[in-house]
Parts: sequence; structure tokens; C-alpha cells
Amino acid sequence: MTGFSDNEMMAIAAGRLIKDGAIVFAGTGVSMLAATAAKRIFAPRAVIFFESGGIDPSLSEIPMAVADPRVMSGTSVNSGLIDAFSIAGHRRFHTIAFLGAAQIDRYGNLNSTCIGDYHRPAIRFSGSGGGCDVASFASEVIAFMQHEKRRFVEKLDYLTSVGWYEGFDSRKKLGLERGGMTAVVTNLCVIKFREDSKEMYLSEYFPGVSIDEIVENTGFSLDTSRAVEAAAPSADQLRILRQEVDPQRLICHV
Amino acid sequence: MIGCPEIADKLMTVEQAVSRFIPDGSQLAIGGFSITRNPMALAYEIVRQKVRDLHIVCHSHGQALDILIGAGCVKRLEIAYGGNGRYAPTCIRFKKAVERQEIEFEDYSNFQMSLRFLAGSLGIPFIPTRSGPGSDILKYDGFSPEVRKEPKVASRKYAKVRNPFRDETDEVILLPALTPDVSIIHAQYVGDDGTVRIKGLTFADVEQAKAADRVIVTCEEIMPRSFIREDPDQNCLPSFFVDAIVRVPYGAHPTACFNFYDYDPKHLTAYHESASDDRKFQEYLQAWVYGIPSWEKYLEKVGIDRILAIKANPTIGYAPGLDRK
Repeated sequence: MTGFSDNEMMAIAAGRLIKDGAIVFAGTGVSMLAATAAKRIFAPRAVIFFESGGIDPSLSEIPMAVADPRVMSGTSVNSGLIDAFSIAGHRRFHTIAFLGAAQIDRYGNLNSTCIGDYHRPAIRFSGSGGGCDVASFASEVIAFMQHEKRRFVEKLDYLTSVGWYEGFDSRKKLGLERGGMTAVVTNLCVIKFREDSKEMYLSEYFPGVSIDEIVENTGFSLDTSRAVEAAAPSADQLRILRQEVDPQRLICHV
Repeated sequence: MIGCPEIADKLMTVEQAVSRFIPDGSQLAIGGFSITRNPMALAYEIVRQKVRDLHIVCHSHGQALDILIGAGCVKRLEIAYGGNGRYAPTCIRFKKAVERQEIEFEDYSNFQMSLRFLAGSLGIPFIPTRSGPGSDILKYDGFSPEVRKEPKVASRKYAKVRNPFRDETDEVILLPALTPDVSIIHAQYVGDDGTVRIKGLTFADVEQAKAADRVIVTCEEIMPRSFIREDPDQNCLPSFFVDAIVRVPYGAHPTACFNFYDYDPKHLTAYHESASDDRKFQEYLQAWVYGIPSWEKYLEKVGIDRILAIKANPTIGYAPGLDRK
């Protein structure tokens, strides 16, 4: 027992990646926890907004969906989807999108649509939502994943949201002038992408997690040569997460 | 305001609104988003009237969509996301219907669907975007060539064209406009002059309403002109867009309505369990839709304890401290 939950470690690890003043597009679940943690702990001037149109809400309570009334309360502006996506892709701003998915490949492409054939899927998921959109034009994407072999796959069943596409400069060749995935935060580690090939490498493994465990749970070969152990969340960070960000323990406990 | 003479011809019951404006085969846009402001009273009435072969067009939808699909009202779906947030990361009946190939479906993204409604509202046939290159959304059609021949279905899912205003290679995606037969919305307020006011987020409700041939609005309250015209900056739709107005307090339950009530976590959790099993889902429909003779009886069944638990603090917009597990 390390004294903190997976979601707490993920929220802190992701929060560390957010520069102060960044404009963060948050999703649900652990990404919501991470966005709120980033603002309360690491980047107080960061602005969190939601695809549903809520900009800079107070987040006194943690929202359970991007259309939760909690994303409309204490906001600077309440708008709608077209406004929200125009901000995500706006040329003036450095925007960071938090996304989750069912599957991810070595280039950070995401599947949130289905397992099996698209027309006759074995498992159907929610679909893109705003994932495809912000993956197309946010300045950065950070993905949140459960680290399992069936999720870290050689080939996606469906490519919903484009990451580095086929690596190297293939994303740019699609006409996507900015953006791309900068990190994947899992329940085991933080993964980043090589400058040249845009392939994943292990950047940090969480306290109590072995590199072998990460390799075993990844469905393709993973460069681990640069891996270092991540710092555990401090007592103060955990206190903020538990008492201020998620006092009802809706997400922290997992 | 008594009698509301300016909107007397538009004021009606949900029964009248559905039977008058939503025939079988309609293309229908649903307002709201996942667990907020779903026009549930209208959705339940569509189920009760056994409307069939609906073609639903939506961005991110949750409870109303799931009920309509589960009850067999939907033939065709264009969608970006089917989910209830943490209460159903994928809508259960939507998921089952797709996996069992019971409905025709085609995927877009949220921005793409919102832009398609915007194009419809502007009266333009298509709209460009940079969302989607590399995504399988552009690789796979959901609809068959036969379906594409039907009048309310675009002949192609999208088109890729070169930007005509630049010399170098710069490709953009063109998306076909949507002009639904009917849009249904649940709003907080409608004025006694028919003006609509939505509080909190509008999502794409305004674009959906302006793109549609007919608009049905259910609302929490019908307000006097003195209220609605005192701060017109707050209003989002003038009266002439609206064909039917129904006052239905708590008309979005179990989804939320900002400033009025929160979503009902207990109900959504119980729904999740019911929807996961075919027989239990039929029992749910019987208990909450078919077996309910009036909206008063529906609210009676919800119960005063839940009504009070989800009642929003009007300055915060939701119910602080609500048990949301």
C-alpha cells in the first residue's frame, strides 16, 4: 500500500505537465480530477473549459459529465459547442486537451468508437464526442488510459482521434498543422513520444510499479531506456485532492 | 399573462405536440447534452404514442436518446457520442442496438454535428472544417448506398476539397447541412410572448432549433413579458421559431436543468441496471412510461424525497452536496 490511489497518482502526474496559464479542455473521470488538481496545485492561472461550452467554472464540486451543471456554475462565460471547439483550435491560444479512450496505439492514436468491425462491432463505445475535434486542432493532447494489453494495441480497431498518425511527419502531411499527443498518463506510468519518430517511450513509472509490469501490459514493444521513477504525491497534494478537489471521493478513491 | 393570448395557438400538451408534429419517419434533433436538459417528457410521450422509424440527428446524447432507441422508436441515427457521463460511459440501449444491428447508424464528431446544424440554420448546403483528417470517421460510411438515396440523408458523408482561396495544397472537409423535420428542446423559461430563454449552457440547441422545420419547446415556467423583456440579452430564440410550447415542470428529469434541479443520480444508476437487461428494461418502460397516465403521476412516482434532494440552489445552479454515487 503506497498511501494513494491510482487516480490520485494519475491526477498529480498529469497536473505536473500543465504549465501555468494553459487553457485546458477537460473530459470526465480522472481527467476531470487531473484538470482540477492542475489548477489547484500546479497552475493556478490555468483555465479549464469543457466542450459543452462551460468556460472556467468554479468546480467547487467535481462534475460527473461534461454537461454536468457543475461545469456551468461560477464560469466566466457559458456558451455552447461551437464556441468551445473554436477555442480549442484557436490560433492565439496554447490549448491542452485531456482525452480518454478504449484503445491507444504506439503513435498515440485513440479509439473510442468500437471493438471489431465498425458496422458489426463486438463492443460499441460512446463514439468520438469532441475527441476527434480536439485531437485535430488542440495544441497538445494528454491521454488518460488504464494500462492493459488489450488497450495498448498494435493496431486500433477504429481510429477515432488522430495522434501522431503513422509517426514522423505523417500528422502534418494530413494537413494538421499543430498539435499531437504529448503524454499518456496511465495507472502505471507516464509515457511520452520520441521527437523524431513520434513513437511512445516510457518516461516515468509510478512508485511501487516495476518496468516489467508496464512492458507486460503493453501490446507492443516500448522503449524503457529513459525511464525514471515518478515522485509520489506529497501529503499536501493529497490533502488538496481529497479535501478541496473531490471531497465526496467520487473519483479519488479508485 | 392569464391565457397568454399571444401564444394561445402554440400552448398545448405533450400529447398534442407529439401527435401534431412528430409523425413516423421524422428526422428529429434532440436538445440538451448527456445528463442535462434532455426533453424527457417529450421523449416519454414519443414512446407512449409508439412513433416509429425516427431518424435522430445529434451530437452528444444520453437519456432521451437511450429511451427512444430502447423503446424501438429509432430506425436511423447520426451521432457523435452516446453516453451519460459517469452514469453510463456508453448509453446501454444505444450500445445494444448497434451491437445487435437493430439500427442504421453513422458517426461524426461533436464539432462536426454542431457545424452541420449551424449550416442548416444558415440556409447553406455544407460547411467546411479542419476536424477529422486521419480519423476513421472519414474512412467508414455508416449508411449504405441505398440509405443515401433517401431525401433526408446526405448523398455522401463528407467531401474533401482544396481550399479555393489558397494556391498551395490546403484541403478542407465539407460537411452536409442538417435540416431536421423537428427539434425538441427543454428550456427553463418561455415568455408569454413565446420567447425562449435557456440558462446555463445552450450546447447546440439554438442551432438545432433554427435548422429545423418545426420546434417544440417544453419549459419549467412560462414567464410574463415583464420578466422576459426586462433582460432580453438572456434570451436565445424569438417566438416565431417556436411551433409548440408545453409547460412541464421537472420535464428534464432524470437529467438536470440548471438553476432548477440537478440530475437524479439514484434514478440514473437504477436506469443503468434496468437498461442492461432486456426484460428489466421493458419493466422500466412499463413502470416509468407506459404505465404513467400524467406528468403529475410521473412526479409522484419520482417522489418528494428525490424532488427535494435534486432541487437546485438557484444561485449555484445545482444541488450542492447531493449524493452522486
